[in-house]
Order: sequence, then C-alpha cells, then structure tokens
Amino acid sequence: MTLPRQLTSTKALIGFTLVFGILLIAIFAPLVIPADYATRMDMRARLAPPSMAHWFGTDQLGRDLFYRVLLGARTSIVIATSAVLMSIVIGLPLGLVSGFFGGRLDNVLMRIVDTLLAFPALLFALTISAILGPSFANTILAIGIAFTPFLARIIRGEAMRVAQLPYVEAARSAGASNFRLIVWHVLPNIMPPVIVQCTISLAFAILAEAGLSFLGLGTQPPEASWGLMIQASRDYLDRAPWTALVPGGAVALSVLGLNMLGDALRDALDPRSK
Amino acid sequence: MIDTAVAEASQPVVAVEGLRVEFDTDDGVVVGVKDVSFRVAPGETVCVVGESGSGKSVTSLSLMRLVEFGGGRITEGRLLLTRPDDTVLDLVEADTGVMQNIRGNEIGMIFQEPMTSLNPVFTIERQLTDGLRVHRGLDAAAARKRAVELMQEVRIPEPEKRLSQYPHELSGGMRQRVMIAMAMACRPRLLIADEPTTALDVTIQAEILALIDRLKTENGMAVLFITHDMAVVAQMADRVVVMFRGDIVEQGPVEEIFAAPKEEYTRALLAAVPRLGDMRGKAAPEPLRIPGAAEVAIKPAKTLPAESGPLLEVRNLVTQFPIRGGIFQRHVANVHAVENVSFTLARGETMALVGESGCGKSTCGRSILRLIEPTSGEVKLEGRDLSELDDAALRAARRNMQMVFQDPFASLNPFMRLKAQVAEPLTNFGLARGAKADELIAELFERVELPLEFMRRFPHELSGGQRQRVAIARALAVNPKLIVADEAVSALDVSVQAQVLNLMMSLQEERGLSYLFISHDMAVVERVSHRVGVMYLGRLVELGSRAQVFENPQHDYTQKLMSAVPIADPRRRNKGDGRPFRPLPSPIHPVGYKPPPGEFVEVEPGHFVLKLDD
Repeated sequence: MTLPRQLTSTKALIGFTLVFGILLIAIFAPLVIPADYATRMDMRARLAPPSMAHWFGTDQLGRDLFYRVLLGARTSIVIATSAVLMSIVIGLPLGLVSGFFGGRLDNVLMRIVDTLLAFPALLFALTISAILGPSFANTILAIGIAFTPFLARIIRGEAMRVAQLPYVEAARSAGASNFRLIVWHVLPNIMPPVIVQCTISLAFAILAEAGLSFLGLGTQPPEASWGLMIQASRDYLDRAPWTALVPGGAVALSVLGLNMLGDALRDALDPRSK
Repeated sequence: MIDTAVAEASQPVVAVEGLRVEFDTDDGVVVGVKDVSFRVAPGETVCVVGESGSGKSVTSLSLMRLVEFGGGRITEGRLLLTRPDDTVLDLVEADTGVMQNIRGNEIGMIFQEPMTSLNPVFTIERQLTDGLRVHRGLDAAAARKRAVELMQEVRIPEPEKRLSQYPHELSGGMRQRVMIAMAMACRPRLLIADEPTTALDVTIQAEILALIDRLKTENGMAVLFITHDMAVVAQMADRVVVMFRGDIVEQGPVEEIFAAPKEEYTRALLAAVPRLGDMRGKAAPEPLRIPGAAEVAIKPAKTLPAESGPLLEVRNLVTQFPIRGGIFQRHVANVHAVENVSFTLARGETMALVGESGCGKSTCGRSILRLIEPTSGEVKLEGRDLSELDDAALRAARRNMQMVFQDPFASLNPFMRLKAQVAEPLTNFGLARGAKADELIAELFERVELPLEFMRRFPHELSGGQRQRVAIARALAVNPKLIVADEAVSALDVSVQAQVLNLMMSLQEERGLSYLFISHDMAVVERVSHRVGVMYLGRLVELGSRAQVFENPQHDYTQKLMSAVPIADPRRRNKGDGRPFRPLPSPIHPVGYKPPPGEFVEVEPGHFVLKLDD
C-alpha cells in the first residue's frame, strides 16, 4: 500500500522526522545515559557557554545542559501528551454532545465550562495539583483537567456549526439515530480544527508543566524537565542566554514537528485534499 | 434597442481581443479562457452566457484586472478600453494606479451576492460616497447630495433615511439596488453585471433587470451582462456571446441566437430551458428534450388512480418560530413561517409548492417530515398521523418519505464514500447489509445513470449534477412513497437540470412515487407538476391543477409572479419599467397575534383561491 500524497510531502516528512526523533530521545535517552549525568554539578564551570566539554553549555549549578535536555525529554513529552490526550477524552464527548443537542443541556454545560475558563489554566492546574498533592500522575491529571474547558469550547462550536449543515439533516431524514449522526457525520467533520488545536495545546502543556514545577508541584528538582529548565534560566538570561535557548529550542522543535505532522495528518484525513 | 449596424459602426467602449487567462494550480496550469474576442458598443447590452466553468466570470474579472487577485494571469490578448478623452488604453498593460482610477470610475461592476458584497460595518452613505470622493473629489456634503440622487435614480424609497442605515437593515433587492447605485456613482462608460439577479426572487429580478435597462438607455452606457440564465439573456441582450469551457461557441444578435442557433451547444442549451407557457394545453408533465444526448424514451408520467385514498394529507399545518428578546430571553414575537396550510397529495402525483424566498415553502416541506416540529396541524401519511409519533416511530415512518435537498455540495458528507452515503438509509432501517446492500446500491447507481466506480469516490470528486444523482439514489434506497424535493434542481446548470428533471419524472412513472416539489422556478414547476400550490407569506394562496393555476391564475400574487417570470424568447420581452418598489410585508407578529381567518373559494372544480376578509 502506498502512503497518501499528504504524508509524503516535505512538510509531513520534516514533521515526522522531528516527532520521531524526539520520541526516540524520550524513550532511549534515560536507558542509555546514566541518570546522574543530568544532576552532576561542576561548580567550576557554572553558566559556562557551549564548548567541547559542555556542548550546550551549563546552568547556574554547572550542570550539563546537553544531558539535562536529553534526559528531560521523557518527563516533558509524557506529561504533555498524556495531559492533552486526557483533555480530549473528557472534552470531545462533552463538546460534541453540547454542540449537537444545543438547548438547555448546552446552556448548562457551557456555563460550567465558561466558569472554568475564567480561571487561568495554570492557576487551575495549580489548585488541582495542590489538592491532590505533587506526583507525576497528579501533574498529568491537573494539566489535563485544566486544558479541557478550552478544548470543549472549540469542539462545541464546531459541532454546533456542523450539526446544522444539510448533510446532517439529510442523514437524519434517512433515518440515522443521534448517536450515528454524531459519530459518523459530525465527528469526522470537526476533526481538522481539533487536530490543529491539540498540537498547540501540547506546547502549552509542556510550559504548564514548567509552571507547576517552578511552584514545587510538578517535577521535583533536581530531576530535569524542559519546563523546569526554562523557569530556572530566568535569572541568568542576560549572562547566559543559552540556559533558556537550549530547553526553549527543544520545546520549539517539538511543537514545530507536531504542528507539521498535525497539518499533514489533517490533510491526509480529509478526502477533499486529494 | 440600438440597431446592431449602428452599434458596430461606432467606436466600441471596450474590445476584448484574443484574451487568454491561465491559472496556476497544484495540478499545473489550467486555462480559464482562451482566444476570447468580442466588443461592446455604447448603449449596447452584450450578454455572456454559459454554464458553470465556462469562463464567463473570468472574462468579466479580467476586464477589471481583478482576475489576478484570484490567482489568474492574462497571458495573451488585449483589452482595449476607450477612455473618456477618446484615447484607447490596453488594460492588460495598465499599471496599478491607472487601474484603480478606472475601476469604479470608468468601469462599474455589480456582483452576484448582494448579501455579501456590501461591507456590513459601514453605513450605506459611507459605501455610496466613497467612490465619489475618491474619483470625483467631492466633499462630504456634495457627495451626500449626489448619493441621494443616485438612490432616487435606482428607485429606493426614502433615500435620506436609507443612507444612515447599515446593509443588514435592507432586503436583498434593496441591497442590489444600492450596489447598482454604487456602480453607477461615477457614471461609468461600461457596467459589468456578473449574475446580478441570480440570488434574487423573480419579482425583484424583474425590477432589477428593468432598472439596469433603463439606466443603460438614459446614460448611453455599455453593459456587459454575465449570466447562466437563457431567459434573462432573452430579456436583456442586444448581442449574445455563448461560452463553453473557456471558449466562445457562438456570438451574434439576440434574435439570431434564439431563432437560428448555428452551433450544437447553443441549441442544446436552449432546448434544456423550460419556457413558461410551453405546457399550455397539455394534460400531464412531460420530459424535456435534450438534443445531443440520446433521446430518452419516457412515457408521460401518469397519475395513479386515487381509489386507494391520498398518500399525504396535510390539514391546517402551522409552524411558527419564537423570537426571544430582552435580558430574560422572553418570548416577544413569532415568525409565522407556515400559516394554516392544507392540501392532499395522491399516489404517483407531483404537487409543487411555489413561491419566493421567505414564503415558507421549505419550512412547510420540513414540517411535513417533522425535520422541524410544526406548531399545530395534522400530517397524515397513508392515513397515519405523523404528529403523534414518538422518536422511534417517526424514524421508522421516515422510511416512506425521503428528502432531496437544494445544495448538492452541502447535502453529502464530505468525509464519507458515496457508497456509504447511499447505504445510509439501508443501514439505518436495517434493510440490507453486506453483499445484498452492495448489490442494491449498484442497482441504484445504474438507475440514476452514474458509473459504478463512483461508489468508491468522495463527494468532492463529482460535479453538482452527479452529486444530486447520488442524493436521489440515497432517497430511493429505501423505496419511499414520498420524496420531498426542496429546490432540488435550483443549484444545477440548465442542461444538468433538464437531465435530473427527466430522471425524476421517469422514476415517478416507474415506481409510482409522489413528489412534493418545492421550487421558486415557475417554468420548471409548470413542466413537472400535476398540481400546484402557490405560497405567499406562509399561506397557500392558490391551489389547483397545473393547467388551472398556470392558465387561469386567479390570485393577485399568482398573477404578479407569472408576469415577472422572464421568458426565454427575445420576442416576448416583459419588461415593464418603473415598477414601484414594494417591500414584502413581514411575517413577524407579536405573541398572541391571530392571523385573519382566510377562506378558500373554489373558483372551478379543484381550483381554490384564498380570500382574506380585510
């Protein structure tokens, strides 16, 4: 079987390479590199610029940024992906039902969502995390729940638009049940914007994890995560910009890769683009 | 009308010579139009007519050099415009500044969609005076004065009041008048009208056509009129340019084109157009003749004997939509969309509901299927009252009544293969699955004359006509007794429309189907229906057999509607100018409003006319 054209375009290939590469690092870096490479301090080389000894330089405690960024990948990627998946699992059915049926149900659900949206997602995650206590699983839960209202809002809007299109009415007049209408006629047609939104959410989830970590509720130092590294770099930006650029670059590359892959995926799923 | 000989002798306002426009697409270069040449003389209307994809709009956009904004390139040819100082300019060579000065000043343009071609956030005054201030350098007061004159010229009542209004406060017909006023603002030498009446109702269309014609005569302006509608061509044109797939097929004076078309394509195009009055004296609907295509032998569809009782009975159907307002979303008023509609439909019969937009004909069709919940009234299908059914029973009952929708581009799910879409009702009603379903679907595809390999395709790969065939196949899959066809052919090109109408008629004859045919097109309705109901403001104002309604219209509104229909015959022009603009009364009434009780008078057996006592 040959791949659809959309998955062999340059954009798709770059996206796929980036995402695949980062996944490989996230999976294999902790297996290959001894864990203490990320936490070993070299006080004589604090805030050292990139050199042959430290490829990406060092941070304020003289820890090697190259190893930290590699070893931090797993934490960041796992937390972000799981959190976004979780927000899809909760937000998708919620938004679909709300947008499809409309009326009173929609009103009630959306007022709840609006209330949750009124809190900054990070503050919200922080509260959840504070109640549940700091742990890896709770961080995922907190970010996942915090990101749900936004996604539910987008899905609801799309579902509402699609639900009143003629082909949904046509399927209804052909005897389709509500369940069938939602799954077969509404869901596939709202996927394009949802995919794009999810790739953006992933970037924000990586940063949200950083925020939680900074406040002592996410990843616990001295363990490495990209978000934590960006937070830590804040005080040294003028003297040692690489401390922010290295983890920032890692986040940017992941988001870029996911975005391109998401676009390609969206095109591949849409029969009209063939 | 200007004598053609005179028109040719004088200097043309615009001469298109050997125009070729190409578009760069993902699949390489696509030629939009090739080797197009024609000229438009002062005081002359040249109609460019063709079906979708014929390149007629590309031609008009090229003249404004707007085609470049749509990704097109003019690769060959000249566009010679005679300037006010009698010099001739090749628009292809003109630079941006010159073009900006010409657009709206020397060439005015009217677009198809009056609803979207005005900017919703500016007042009418702002939009109307913009061109005057830019091109004529008028100050605010002078521009406003001129704007009022222009509004009077296009016969807009209360011009001062209208100037301060926003586009959404005006009806479609009014907006198109504003568009015309804008195009006329700087007294252009050439007016390009690109399908200016396609989105409008027939009575409004008649007014707008008359208006354009009057402005042309008064100002000696040249008009380039783009349309797909042969009837409008017959009413408007001095000369006609027929286009097909980017090529000019034929051009000549309008009488010649209609009386003795030289080319096969022109003949086919003309034959496919149903003309109002063609069916005079005929007892039953008759398929259209399509030259070029193999002559389809369809026996005239006949009504089945009515002994088994009517298929569909509609009694006192009322559908109202609440309007809510205020902070507490109080119920402040109702839209009376369908008001006390009653009729019956026999087996094997086509009943047409005809009327203008907003008259409630579509809502009526949807209320019958309960796709919209009617407010009150009774709908019986084979003696069974649909309004009492619960959700499950209603779904089961829909097996006998299917719907074909207007827009074939929107009524098919873009993410589903056509086979799955036609299988939809079979699956939903648990009628067939697996190999048996495949077989049934293949038969349906054959019946609607679609190649079997289309089963695996997606909707976007098909043309409009092909999609509508799929929609018909889907409706037929469960062998329904009633098909509600809501403007089912309105979005199609005439030749395709004729084919789909013929298909529908032959299916009716073969399967004894009943159609509720909802349409705004009087000529099509005359062609296909046994009985006709005319709707106006939610009410059925006249009901009778086709012959009764079309040959002896009794209600004022029916007569008005009939006289407004353009006829595809240049010898029968029905332009009455100076039709006063009368806005349609609003169907919105406060809560508790009781519509006047109307009474149906039977003027002859089976022919009813609504008389309101006021």
